[in-house]
Amino acid sequence: MTSSHPADAPGRVRRRKTSQLGDKIFFNAARGAGILLLVIMAAIAGFLAYRSALALSKNQGNFLTTFEWAPDAPKPVFGIAVLAFGTIVSAVIAMVIAVPVAIGIALFISHYAPRKIAQPFAYLVDLLAAVPSIVYGLWGALFLVPHLDGLTSWMDQYLGWTYVFDQTRAGTTPRTLFTVGILLAIMVLPIITAVTREVFRQVPRMHEEAALALGATRWEMIRTSVLPFGRPGIISASMLGLGRALGETIAVAVVLSSNSVLSLHLLDPGGGTFAQNIALKFNEAGSFGRDALMASGLVLFVITLLVNGAARMIVARRKEYSGANA
Amino acid sequence: MSAVTTTAASLPQLRRNLTTARLPKWSQAAVAAGSVALGCGIGAGFGLASHLQWGLIAAALFVIVSYALSARVEGRRQAKDRLATSVVWVAFVAAVVPLAALTFYTVQQGIAVVDANFLTHSMKGVLSAGPGGGIYHALIGTLQQVALATLIAAPLGLLTAVYLVEYGRGRLARTVTFFVDVMTGIPSIVAGLFVLSVWILGLGFSYSGFAGSLALAILMMPVVVRSTEEMLKLVPNELREASYALGVPRWKTILRIVIPTAIGGITTGVMLAVARITGETAPVLMLVFGADIINNNPFQDPQQSLPMYIWQQYAQVNNDFGYARAWGAALVLIAFVMGLNLIARGIARWRSPKTGH
Repeated sequence: MTSSHPADAPGRVRRRKTSQLGDKIFFNAARGAGILLLVIMAAIAGFLAYRSALALSKNQGNFLTTFEWAPDAPKPVFGIAVLAFGTIVSAVIAMVIAVPVAIGIALFISHYAPRKIAQPFAYLVDLLAAVPSIVYGLWGALFLVPHLDGLTSWMDQYLGWTYVFDQTRAGTTPRTLFTVGILLAIMVLPIITAVTREVFRQVPRMHEEAALALGATRWEMIRTSVLPFGRPGIISASMLGLGRALGETIAVAVVLSSNSVLSLHLLDPGGGTFAQNIALKFNEAGSFGRDALMASGLVLFVITLLVNGAARMIVARRKEYSGANA
Repeated sequence: MSAVTTTAASLPQLRRNLTTARLPKWSQAAVAAGSVALGCGIGAGFGLASHLQWGLIAAALFVIVSYALSARVEGRRQAKDRLATSVVWVAFVAAVVPLAALTFYTVQQGIAVVDANFLTHSMKGVLSAGPGGGIYHALIGTLQQVALATLIAAPLGLLTAVYLVEYGRGRLARTVTFFVDVMTGIPSIVAGLFVLSVWILGLGFSYSGFAGSLALAILMMPVVVRSTEEMLKLVPNELREASYALGVPRWKTILRIVIPTAIGGITTGVMLAVARITGETAPVLMLVFGADIINNNPFQDPQQSLPMYIWQQYAQVNNDFGYARAWGAALVLIAFVMGLNLIARGIARWRSPKTGH
């Protein structure tokens, strides 16, 4: 990350006419590709905004606070309250479970595991990041849901007083936001682990050895040198995972039994998320219904844009001082 | 760090003199075994239905017992260290269990379904409420859509990366870099909605495999840019300078020196990106439309694709025959994606760019 940026290479050479033309064409092609990428991003925002505007102008309900999703009704009514709630709640559950476990796994790979286990295991985690989400969904619906049955009724029995973990109808199949959260946690675990592990690996060896030399136990060494150094990395990794969890479509659509009820009883089936709602309602939607779905897609787009942008900014700021340990 | 611990470990005599009391090395394993046994015992004894609870009880027992034991024998600081170690090990096990379960269950369910007949037949004329049928049409569709998406996204991504690394300075390059990063995080369903609004609703084309490819290309492009960028940055500057010194123009240097040097890594990046988009379901769901018959033309009429096939067999057919077919397709999809990953990483190791001297 020092001055060896290839663009700084001396480009001033004597050129013949043809090579000047070649340079010009090649440069413009390369720059054109870069600009095209920006154009695509702008077009995504623009087209979705245009379609959303068409839908919103005829909406009889309040887009932000309405629960129902009935854009094809004679009096079109649709709102994102339930979807926003479901998206955020499931993503938060996923984060609460996944982030600590991912930090644990990353520490395991970088500092705890015997070297013989660490390498293959890191490799395995990378491979699991590639498992398609539809497979996670299928597994979630046919394996995880039946296996969570016992756990949720147990939580209902002993933690029901918290209201959040109360099942209004005991013994329903747990196709709930809670289950979705657990599934999302499993899905984002590999990516958070991969990024966090890389950051932990960059911790200056000197910091660690200094801590150990002062008589710190391994945990004290990690707490005083590894975690402070890795904090920005952990944050940005979590936000990347959050972005994935917010936008996950098909696994949620497979597992969740959705309705348009906003309920704080997380163990009751129901609710919905932005992406899941689009995938589910798309086929039966009329042309106006599609515009309405695009409006919800635009909201999702903006949210993930903000989350990812923030994550990248944190990483970029971090780069400046990671050069110190080269 | 490891150097320090090994030195300390190789001097057991000194260590014993310096510290007061240590738990023997086998104590952790013993506590782990004990708590697993006890967890299972409690689970079975109280008739807890879910094996998850057995595991959770065992994990909690392991953490608590090893902490208490260590606090008693070794003191508070050592006990905290033990606590952290056992929590990290529990995290490891907690991650391995679902991931292993996923792989094992998919293979177990899928292997019973996948045979030659399954791979070479479509769903034409197959009753959804009955057995039989296959994924041939979905395989064809997926391969064609992914190939088309790669044809669009790989050159564009490569060019963008060349721009960023070789030419990129100033505002435009910074903006492109930022938006490449942000674009990697676009939810796949949003890419699908975008292509739908432009290609199908805006320009009036009909549903086809190609429409799906467009959305997949949008998802693939930033991934290719990122990985290619990293690889081009690894090409030593000396190579470029040597080429310039011989009077070779810049574009030729890039095409003949820089890209060939990094081609191994670039191939790896493209293959990983291909593996990623192969499993995308959401955009395909909206744009390809799904078909039960073989359609060899991605530019006309609905096609099928593997992820969408799984979705349809699960959600629309929704009976045991459908589930079986879904598992079969899932196994084929996972095998394909994992295979691509393994080959890509193999190439990365085999042709890693030669850095510096």
